[in-house]
Amino acid sequence: MKRFIARRLMQGVVLLFMVATIVFFLGRLTGNPVDLMLPEDATAEDRAQLTQTLGLDGPLSEQFLIFIGKALHGDLGTSIRMKQPAAQAFFDRLPNTLVLIPWALLLGMMLGIPLGVVAALHRGGWLDRAAGTVAVLGVAMPSFWLGVLLIFVFSVELGWLPSSRMGGPEHYILPVITLGTFLVAGFMRITRSAMLEVMESEFVKLARIKGLSETTVIWKHCLRNALIPVLTLWGVFVGNLITGAIVTETVFAWPGIGRLTYEAVIYRDFPLLQAVIILKSILILGINLGVDILYAYVDPRIRLA
Amino acid sequence: MSDTPPGDTVLEVRDLHTHFFLRRGVVKAVDGVSFSLKRGEVLGLVGESGCGKSLTALSLMRLLPKGGARTIKGEVLLGGENILQHTPAEMREIRGRRISMVLQDPQTSLNPVFSVGDQLREAIERRRKGASLSEIMKEAVAALRRVEIAAPEQRIGQYPHQMSGGMKQRVVGAIAISGEPEVLIADEPTTALDVTIQLQYLKLLKRLQAENGMAILFITHDFGVVGRMCDRVAVMYAGRIVECGPVKQIFEAPQHPYTRALIASVPKMTGPAGRLTTIEGQPPSLMDLPVGCRFASRCALVEQRCLDAYPRSVRVGDAHTADCWKVSPP
Repeated sequence: MKRFIARRLMQGVVLLFMVATIVFFLGRLTGNPVDLMLPEDATAEDRAQLTQTLGLDGPLSEQFLIFIGKALHGDLGTSIRMKQPAAQAFFDRLPNTLVLIPWALLLGMMLGIPLGVVAALHRGGWLDRAAGTVAVLGVAMPSFWLGVLLIFVFSVELGWLPSSRMGGPEHYILPVITLGTFLVAGFMRITRSAMLEVMESEFVKLARIKGLSETTVIWKHCLRNALIPVLTLWGVFVGNLITGAIVTETVFAWPGIGRLTYEAVIYRDFPLLQAVIILKSILILGINLGVDILYAYVDPRIRLA
Repeated sequence: MSDTPPGDTVLEVRDLHTHFFLRRGVVKAVDGVSFSLKRGEVLGLVGESGCGKSLTALSLMRLLPKGGARTIKGEVLLGGENILQHTPAEMREIRGRRISMVLQDPQTSLNPVFSVGDQLREAIERRRKGASLSEIMKEAVAALRRVEIAAPEQRIGQYPHQMSGGMKQRVVGAIAISGEPEVLIADEPTTALDVTIQLQYLKLLKRLQAENGMAILFITHDFGVVGRMCDRVAVMYAGRIVECGPVKQIFEAPQHPYTRALIASVPKMTGPAGRLTTIEGQPPSLMDLPVGCRFASRCALVEQRCLDAYPRSVRVGDAHTADCWKVSPP
């Protein structure tokens, strides 16, 4: 297990370097932040001075080396727009994103896992097809559209729920539904296929031979085994939620790291963009490692291997 | 423990038909099987792969595989009651308590994510409703000890992957008999075990049977195991039992040409080593069974009437029958 973790950490370092490289050069393709910061009638001198202040003079390769060198010392630069350390801006906003994730996951699993079990039990029947349709709809609906639709119905027309910003519990409902809908389908499909596989196994036959009720056979013996692949998805989804909340947070003006990413791109805030992407990558690497360790608790075969 | 006195019939199967209804046709996997099982008796069910042995067993448990298998005809009388007429709830009451089963592959028969104790507990709880957990766990330890597992107190908390195949199969055995069933179906329980472990397991089954007097339907393709385990043997071919009788008679004087060929193909340990005897040809397709004798296409003694009609069952001795036109009553 220790060797496994060490190897994963090494791989993580390589991956982070690649991510840093890509985000550095890709970010520069969006244009020059100086254009956004200075009025149209600014002189060439003003431009040159600001460029120098921002460290954007000199060849790109040199800028890159400076960036990597500083990053290795833990300095991810200062946000151009917010005038504060980029990493700090990220960590200020991170909790706002994290509070959404458990609720979205919970919603996704509470609907997705039972739907998957029901679909597997009625394989090929109308319930299976209905659950499949729900799943396809959930995946196919883009979150910018679903988010706007929810705002239109529940905030504008009915006036029941706030349309944007953070606040009391009622502020969470629409963003969580928007994020969770996408997950329902994933949880449903993986539960369904895992259940179908498990239901055919010999130990399920033995459970029936013992005379156990169908409820115990399905919801205890089958589901516990089917949850192993579900857990894998968990890792993927937490990652998706952290990175993919960009659209949802933008639609709902939610002050999390998704919206921060969006702003960094829009304002060509290179240091902030770099910091956000790198820190997100570290977070996802950490989560994936965590999920692998968590496996061990669900599956005793891994625990003792 | 069974209420049936020894020697009485506990299980009687009459004209059982279980077919697979597939899109490309009907597979008549079990097609007219009849036999009976007395208390304390071990009946061997032998035949080559795919002849319908396992499906017969699953039909008795009413745990048919998904995908179009249905028992369409026949009776399964357990203590005189036709369990094919039972509701699913009634059937659940019977499983584990009156009729139970040991599966073929110990590697997959136990649930990998629950401890052995957990899986035993579920079976014991059904018999001991209302008992406290510590009582049940005590009984689970005793059950492991009964199947000769060393240090059962430690084993009880372990998971299946921490055990060897032989040990797992003992656990499966302990689970299967923990409800003290009248009938135990053992579906090739030793096929997946090492030869040395096989013998131990067979001895164990014999001992358990002697202890509680259950009847065993022992499914195997191994005649050596039949000789060691069984009182009577039923030979199955292409969905039907073609010969049935006491083990001694079947070994010494097999009547059906298929039985004879099967026994001849068992390698002999004595005499010069020669080529192994095999049965030429293939069994008929279960989707397209001949009207006549099903063994006709491979039989050396075949004549016209074998192809025209299925042979009548001939009583050739005490409790010994064979379905063959060439066999005449003594």
